[in-house]
Amino acid sequence: MKVTLYPEFTHRKSLRDAASHVLIEIGRADERVVVLDADLALSTKTIRFGQMFPERFFDMGISEQNMMGVAAGLAAAGKKAVAATFAAFATGQCYNVIRQSIAYAHHDVTIYATHAGISVGGDGATHQMLEDIGLMRMLPNMWVFAPADATEMGPVLKAAVGRDGPAYVRCGRSDEPILFERYEEFEVGKALTLTDPGSDVTVCSTGSMTRYAVEAVEALRKDGIDAGHLHFPTIKPLDADALRAAADASGCLVTAEEHNVIGGFGSACLEALSEGDPVPLHRVGTSDTFGESGGGQALMDKYGLSTGHIEQAARRVMARR
Amino acid sequence: MKRAWHRDGGNQGPTGPDDEVGGIGHACPAAAPEAISQAGLRGTPMDLASETQARDAVVRRLRLHATRIRRDVVDMVTEAQSGHIGGSLSAADIVAALFFHHMRHDPADHRWPDRDRYVQSKGHACPVLYSALAQAGYIEHDEIRTFRKMDSRLQGHPCKAKLPYLEYTTGSLGQGLSGALGMALAARLDKNDFRVYCLMGDGEQQEGQIWEAAMAAAHYEADNLIGILDRNGLQIDGATEEIMALGDIGAKYEAFGWHVIPIDGHDPDAILDALIAADAAAGHGKPVLILAHTVKGKGVSFMEGSISFHGRPCTPDEYAIASEELRITREDAERALHDAGEPVPPVGREGVTARQRKPAARTQEAPA
Repeated sequence: MKVTLYPEFTHRKSLRDAASHVLIEIGRADERVVVLDADLALSTKTIRFGQMFPERFFDMGISEQNMMGVAAGLAAAGKKAVAATFAAFATGQCYNVIRQSIAYAHHDVTIYATHAGISVGGDGATHQMLEDIGLMRMLPNMWVFAPADATEMGPVLKAAVGRDGPAYVRCGRSDEPILFERYEEFEVGKALTLTDPGSDVTVCSTGSMTRYAVEAVEALRKDGIDAGHLHFPTIKPLDADALRAAADASGCLVTAEEHNVIGGFGSACLEALSEGDPVPLHRVGTSDTFGESGGGQALMDKYGLSTGHIEQAARRVMARR
Repeated sequence: MKRAWHRDGGNQGPTGPDDEVGGIGHACPAAAPEAISQAGLRGTPMDLASETQARDAVVRRLRLHATRIRRDVVDMVTEAQSGHIGGSLSAADIVAALFFHHMRHDPADHRWPDRDRYVQSKGHACPVLYSALAQAGYIEHDEIRTFRKMDSRLQGHPCKAKLPYLEYTTGSLGQGLSGALGMALAARLDKNDFRVYCLMGDGEQQEGQIWEAAMAAAHYEADNLIGILDRNGLQIDGATEEIMALGDIGAKYEAFGWHVIPIDGHDPDAILDALIAADAAAGHGKPVLILAHTVKGKGVSFMEGSISFHGRPCTPDEYAIASEELRITREDAERALHDAGEPVPPVGREGVTARQRKPAARTQEAPA
């Protein structure tokens, strides 16, 4: 995969905003594409698709389970369905509907979930979904994606919708710095090397934590630590080969995700590594806890999701090699 | 939306022995007034006597199909020593009417885009569906013996990924109506006039998702969606009205904006009338619920109204009695056909009537 990094994080854009334009692009290219929302079309920004293609947009009201089922039925009749809502409702409210009607049935439904993670802020724990990666990656047939920025949302969403089968795409609520100026040749299931795996440590990050990992790796390298960095836009299928190579090169790893450390991306890495020769691995994420109301950035700091936390984890795990 | 052929009467469809026996175009007393008038506008004019004769012939044939299905259900669950007999038997007459008379489908082309869709939300009663697929020639009849066994395509609850002739995957209750609505919406997008039939159990009406779907179907005016409620009154733990009362379930659907047609779900004549009335309701902006009052375990004396036969197989003695009863019912049905000078329908693809299947003309026009 090829990317061009922005030199500084000077531009900010929400992934939702990017997704809304990508959906229109996808919908224009393929008239089978339909989009459903559950009374959050203004927040998820799928309303833009709805304005462009009113016949192919279905607001299902506040009934997420039915939305997932209707999406599955549309897919069963030949449509490519995208079902959008907040991550908490998309996954938690609908787990068994997704399990049976989408994953088990292998229906062509992309679940596009916004407002994942603690950075949602003021809405509090009910709306700060920190278990969705775990729920979705546990489902057979499901692909799971967490793009890092607005640029990456494009190829990720296209790959997810392009698949003739189920996929889950998560992103947060907030405006995020744009990391990637250009993005070419996205490959499902491949990690992106942002800094070659170092001889001291490699940070493996996904989703919104990647920009913090970029800063942490820079800081570590300034301190003379040979730190590498892999970004995983695809969590499932996991790029176990890249992970293995990084473990072999560094002898220790740090994972970073805006998600509970239980069951998430870090857990997936541990599972993959432990099948071979394990190396010390420290997971940066929320620690088996619910969130609370507050400012998004302040919550990230309080719950251990910052550049500093990744740096500390790297130093600790290096000491265990 | 205008149906291109088959239920609208004679001139577009193929001609054949089945075409005139449709009972097409007359509606039942239970139908809404607008349904009756609509139906009256559609069918090929027939005098009352020949229409009645044609209908009687269909009913005689469907009685035999339903009996064959019942026999398969008992055999499958006995062979597997697990499965759900009671709720399969209660739906046998409805499923027979759909697969062997009313639904547009073609076992020679299960991906025919214009086919009507059948979604069985009460997935546990899949023996009735597997039997219909076997009787209609989608699968070899012998395959029903693999039900619930290792490596079988006939899972304990219907799995579309394993058996491509299924339209939907069900088992966990309450999910089928949403999927059926999705298919109905897809039909509208594609300007296709296929209908979606969703067979539901009464116990699963207790699931909230059913009512989400019911509300959405009315909101989206999905009048190409026909729910059929197998109202046998029993669920695993007891009578529905004792476990979690449904009350006046028809009134509830009506309040949700559906057109409700209550019938005796074991009377082929009433089932056909209801299906015709449901067709006639298309274009009126309301989804249709056929509220079929049924008896759980219908067709085997000691299973009728039995809670225990919701989910247990027969003992060898019970199997012998059930077999004997169903043999007598089958012979009666065959005798009725014989006495009327009508052929016994074959098992397999030829058992699906010509008027249900892909028109030959359409096949010829289809790109290679």
